[in-house]
Amino acid sequence: MRWKLPFSPWHLLLMPLALIFVLPLVQMLLTSFMSSAEINQFPPKLIPTSLHLEGYRHLFSETPALRWFINTVLVSGIAVVSHLALCSMAGYGFARLKFAGRGLAFVLILATVMIPIQLLMIPTYLMFARLGIVDTLAAAYVPWLASAFGIFLMRQFFLGLPAELEEAALIDGCGRWRTFRSIVLPLAKPALTTLAIITLLWSWNDLLWPLVAISDDHTFTLQVGLANFQGMRRTQWSQLMAGNVVATMPLILAFLFAQRKFIATMTFTGIKG
Amino acid sequence: MALTFAATPRTHTPPPAQRGPRGRALRRNLTGWAFAGPATAIVIGLSIFPAVWAFFISRAKWNGIAPATQVGWRNYQLLLQDPDMIAATKHTLLLTALFVPGSIVLGIVIAIALNQKIRLIGFYRTCIFVPYVASAAATGILAGFVFNPQFGVANDVLRHLGLPQQQFLENQHQAIYIICLIALWGEVGFTTVIYLAALQDIPKDLIEAARMDGASKWRVFRHVTLPELRPVTVFAAIWQTITAMQLFDLIYTTTRGGPLNSTQTIVYYIYELAFQTQRLGYGAAAAYLLFIVTLLLSLLVIWYSRRRGSEVF
Repeated sequence: MRWKLPFSPWHLLLMPLALIFVLPLVQMLLTSFMSSAEINQFPPKLIPTSLHLEGYRHLFSETPALRWFINTVLVSGIAVVSHLALCSMAGYGFARLKFAGRGLAFVLILATVMIPIQLLMIPTYLMFARLGIVDTLAAAYVPWLASAFGIFLMRQFFLGLPAELEEAALIDGCGRWRTFRSIVLPLAKPALTTLAIITLLWSWNDLLWPLVAISDDHTFTLQVGLANFQGMRRTQWSQLMAGNVVATMPLILAFLFAQRKFIATMTFTGIKG
Repeated sequence: MALTFAATPRTHTPPPAQRGPRGRALRRNLTGWAFAGPATAIVIGLSIFPAVWAFFISRAKWNGIAPATQVGWRNYQLLLQDPDMIAATKHTLLLTALFVPGSIVLGIVIAIALNQKIRLIGFYRTCIFVPYVASAAATGILAGFVFNPQFGVANDVLRHLGLPQQQFLENQHQAIYIICLIALWGEVGFTTVIYLAALQDIPKDLIEAARMDGASKWRVFRHVTLPELRPVTVFAAIWQTITAMQLFDLIYTTTRGGPLNSTQTIVYYIYELAFQTQRLGYGAAAAYLLFIVTLLLSLLVIWYSRRRGSEVF
């Protein structure tokens, strides 16, 4: 006779894994509310004995963290809005409209997917320096105004959409722009949601490019600000963890509230990306 | 934007019958480019144009301020003998060789576990996917805390297990493996999610039929499930190779290439060359080399998967 567990054996794998994935983040959150004295103890404590806000207080008084937060919100906000507008228009153009140079333009756009950031950062930095936008917020958001991935995603979506609806509207004398705005876009909500989430994730978490393009600490994004702050204060853990919470919690909360949409987005990136 | 479109005439005025074929073609092109133009200009202007420029920079000796001197292929020749470049390449390849199979195997195992209909599965899913949305920069800072040799949790766990204390990121022989572990922690959510979707796409009758024919669970997995996952694996291999070859954020916020350059990767080296020591031409050449190698690796994976008969591209 076989000895049987009172629960599925999969729990033996999943429970420890789940804890390994989530506990460091829990510890980050709890540590941000500890005093420095408590953090520097060994063995380490997980639960703070009392609620301390000194990490947050020091972070916001000694660094322009609030500015970094606002900058990040602005960069990501502009990135998402611009992506939704420009990539959906371009995706529609490539899927439905016939115009000279369409094929070549689309092939070029697809080819850009292969070009990595480290190849682009030197010339882009020089280009932005000549345009005079290095060290401004524009340097951080201009590369996020549109992307090959976004155009491709929207084009694939529009190709899968039956054309009859639009044709009816066009025959009724509705212009291309109005047809697009009032008939096509409302149908594209699932694709637009995916595009918004992926753009938010990528632009919010970007470090390398803003690190290269911005050296004025009032123009930093959160990721750059924190990385820099960490370089100077390696041991100020309560402030560093507080900064980490500020930098990651908005996305983590968004993930927890819209988990289904996030997972659909990750899946889509994997299948169509 | 609204202005651009207000300027484009609407379809119903003037009546189509009065327009020549040439006018119609012109208007069609204008409408098309009005839709596709802005995004196309941004994407191509910020990638094809700089990529071509980078090639010219890579054939010059230039600090960005003084006039550039043309040196032909010299930067590339120097790179091939540069001990730092060779070390960085070794570190990058080691990271890639550990990270890519690691994230694929873990992704498949976790996806199979998460595909079971058991209690708490929603909770497990949430826990396992959450690290993916945390930035690599924050993950790196957090890892510095967890793996702190003096008071970090990692050493506390070792102590409870009766194992010797470690230096982790501060030890030149351990640091790169720890970084790989942290990268896996942050990225496995992605491979898991795509494998989970692929598992749910496998037709149920396929597995049931095999089970009816008396195949064991392992044989079904080996001969039905795994082959169905192959296209996803090809994609995951390419995507994760690119991720591993471009690893920067995590290294910047944990070791900054140290200790003793033991975690310096190619992208980190390029960043240092171009933006710390202002050797723009040399940095651009290193970037081009990495680009060509990544491209060849991707093509190799695609070619290999085509030969094996799984079509994804």
